[in-house]
Amino acid sequence: MGEQPPVLEMTGIRKVFPGVVALDGVDFRLFPGEIHALMGENGAGKSTLIKTLTGVYEIDGGEIKLGGAPVRISGPLQAQQAGVSTVYQEVNLCTNLSVAENIFIGREPRKFGKIQWGKMRRRAAELLARLELDLDVSAPLDTYSLAIQQMVAIARAVDIEARVLILDEPTSSLDASEVEQLFRVMRRLKESGVAILFVSHFLDQIYEISDRLTVLRNGQLIGEHKIEELSQVQLVEKMIGKELAALEDLEDKAQSNRERAAGAQPVLEAKGLGRTGAIAPYDLTIHEGEVVGLAGLLGSGRTELARLLFGADKPDQGELKVAGKPVNLRSPQVAMKHGIAFSSENRRTEGIIGDLSVRENIILALQASRGWTRPIPRKKQDEIVDKYIKALQIRPADPERPVRNLSGGNQQKVLLARWLITEPKLLIIDEPTRGIDVGAKAEIQKLVAELSDGGMAVLFVSAELEEVLRLSHQILVLRDRRLVEKLENTADVDADRIMQTIASGATS
Amino acid sequence: MTTMDMTPVVKGGGGPELNKRRRVYKPNTKHVPILATLLLLVIMYSAGAANYRNFDDPSVIVNLFRDNAVLLVVAVGMTFVILTGGIDLSVGAVISLTTTLTATLLQGGWPPLVVLPAVLLLGALIGAGQGAVIHFFKVEPFIATLAGLFLARGLALFINQHSIPIRDKVWTAISDYRIELPIGEDGVVTKPIAIVAVLAVLIAAAVLAWTRFGRNVYAIGGNADSALLMGLPVGRTKIAVYTISGFCAALGGVLFSINSTSGWALQGNGLELDAIAACVIGGVLLTGGSGFVWGTLLGVLVSGLIRTIINFDGGLNSAWARIIIGVLLFAFIVMQRIVTRKAK
Repeated sequence: MGEQPPVLEMTGIRKVFPGVVALDGVDFRLFPGEIHALMGENGAGKSTLIKTLTGVYEIDGGEIKLGGAPVRISGPLQAQQAGVSTVYQEVNLCTNLSVAENIFIGREPRKFGKIQWGKMRRRAAELLARLELDLDVSAPLDTYSLAIQQMVAIARAVDIEARVLILDEPTSSLDASEVEQLFRVMRRLKESGVAILFVSHFLDQIYEISDRLTVLRNGQLIGEHKIEELSQVQLVEKMIGKELAALEDLEDKAQSNRERAAGAQPVLEAKGLGRTGAIAPYDLTIHEGEVVGLAGLLGSGRTELARLLFGADKPDQGELKVAGKPVNLRSPQVAMKHGIAFSSENRRTEGIIGDLSVRENIILALQASRGWTRPIPRKKQDEIVDKYIKALQIRPADPERPVRNLSGGNQQKVLLARWLITEPKLLIIDEPTRGIDVGAKAEIQKLVAELSDGGMAVLFVSAELEEVLRLSHQILVLRDRRLVEKLENTADVDADRIMQTIASGATS
Repeated sequence: MTTMDMTPVVKGGGGPELNKRRRVYKPNTKHVPILATLLLLVIMYSAGAANYRNFDDPSVIVNLFRDNAVLLVVAVGMTFVILTGGIDLSVGAVISLTTTLTATLLQGGWPPLVVLPAVLLLGALIGAGQGAVIHFFKVEPFIATLAGLFLARGLALFINQHSIPIRDKVWTAISDYRIELPIGEDGVVTKPIAIVAVLAVLIAAAVLAWTRFGRNVYAIGGNADSALLMGLPVGRTKIAVYTISGFCAALGGVLFSINSTSGWALQGNGLELDAIAACVIGGVLLTGGSGFVWGTLLGVLVSGLIRTIINFDGGLNSAWARIIIGVLLFAFIVMQRIVTRKAK
């Protein structure tokens, strides 16, 4: 490879959103007949780069060349005509139509305006046979599994004379055998000279199928490598980056807390708890005053693990004890009754209600746990809210301001306050510091440390390794939807050690 | 009804064992509702034939088409709309507007060959307007066509609140014309409006099954976002289905005016609900993407047959027709839920 000229060449791609440089001079090349993985953590610029290529975004700088000729891609249809086809994670087909129709709709063979069903079915079957698929092409698509649907989407994409095929996280909802089948199709396409851009969060899959990879971080190109020249550990390092920040004192504090946590009562114990397709069965014990950190790449199952403990998803195996008693957390309400609080990672969509005031947002969970028939007296509300606005230093300190107008960090504090006033025994916080500035980050971290000092158990989920290291007494490492290692956060545990585990599985 | 054979079929030529093939042996779930309606129709007809004298005369069935011609034409247009996942509440009002306008213009001495295309065009334009509002302003079809309902009904009442007789020669000639069909021993007589209604069904069925436009209708009803990403003309198709529905309503209005040789602003009141009910009983999924015009036809025949039975019996209160349709609607909607859930 490499002797042929690249089919796609992107140079100095720049894309700016209000206030953010999403892509800063990124180069990207794709050769015919290769599978190229695009790697990066959340917010690295992967999807932005893909969207400039599929015509969803227009670039603000740089140049895109397809087959050597500069192109301007202004829309999805134009991208398809230029030979760039995309298959997304959620299959964009019409499952009520037949397999053959899904491949050909909009391009059906016709005679005098009448669709030639026979010819269409034959061509669909031929096309699928080339991908080693043998399907009943006249059956509705929804009679097939998601994996098959995905491959029908690929068949459709390939039939539109694709030179470049973009597969955006095609494997995230497939099981092992389905992934294998997809990979076979990908290899076949590769042999026929199609250039495939592959995005996946599963490192093993990347290493199994890819020829080369490009790593992005914070909108910048970190490097382009042949797969055999880069170990998994090196890759993870490049993706996450090392930014050993300040706040060393916090880390010391966390360490000193450990002795006390060891003698404390377990707040929550999970044994063999799991949910097929979301997270493999895991054991977990959280004590009073203990901070348990969840580390792992995006899509490794961090959130999925946490959601089982809050009744947001139902486990299909294993058992759960709260304060020593077996419980069945049927719903978040039940979990709340047992003193478990969950602050969601999707601040905007699942947590904060932008049009309500700070006061109303804070009161929400407490009111819900009391039941709506017993409203909290206004005077009491003001008292509580004032207390937490002060304690968490929510700014501006105006309880009647709509939350929409607050910064991300302060919204996060409002969300925390909402759960804190219910006085939970276990607080689960998912990505509390994502997308907020450094100062607010430090404040929230300090708050978590203080809460655990006060005896609260905290399950802390974060994509930022340093943060997990700094706060946690115990660190759980996840990889490919599986809990692979539990670490006591002792002095010899550092980011390298955890990255090792993330990259290669359990290391004991 | 869903038996699935999930046995992996090993392919020759060294293909790995995982190349599984999921053959599905079952009556296509899409056909289950329509088969149920057909079964219901057969049972009702047999019951009628067993209990009432002369019920098995072929004229009973032929007359169903004559008596329900307007509903059938309107329901055909409604089928297009519902298949995209929309709804058109304005059709009854468009009927009243077209009958009133037709009668008024004909009484005013306008030539019938001008009046006919004019009112059909008006219906299509009202539909297109509603479709455009729904597509461009992302208005819920329910609201947009509810506005259309008030508008058209109001216009009709504004033109004339009373029944207007039609004395135009062409209209009365068509109204009095009889067609003899060679069915049974003595042949059966029917009216031109029944033929028009049957033609509407045939044309609609062909369009839906054999044209790109027809398939786009199904695709949009299945998943409009996907349809857009697959490069299908979603906006154009949406506007087109409301145009078709408006046109069919206007055609229904013309048939009404021919049948009764009059126009009246209160005609077609509530007919949109009968049309929706016929579609649902015929197995057209209200969420869109699934169903056939043939089902709609069966749905119309079922509701017509209920009325026929009540007429034959003589002792039954006519309110029974609505009660039975209500019960059937419940039954069919629950059945659709179950069938679609099993298909998942």
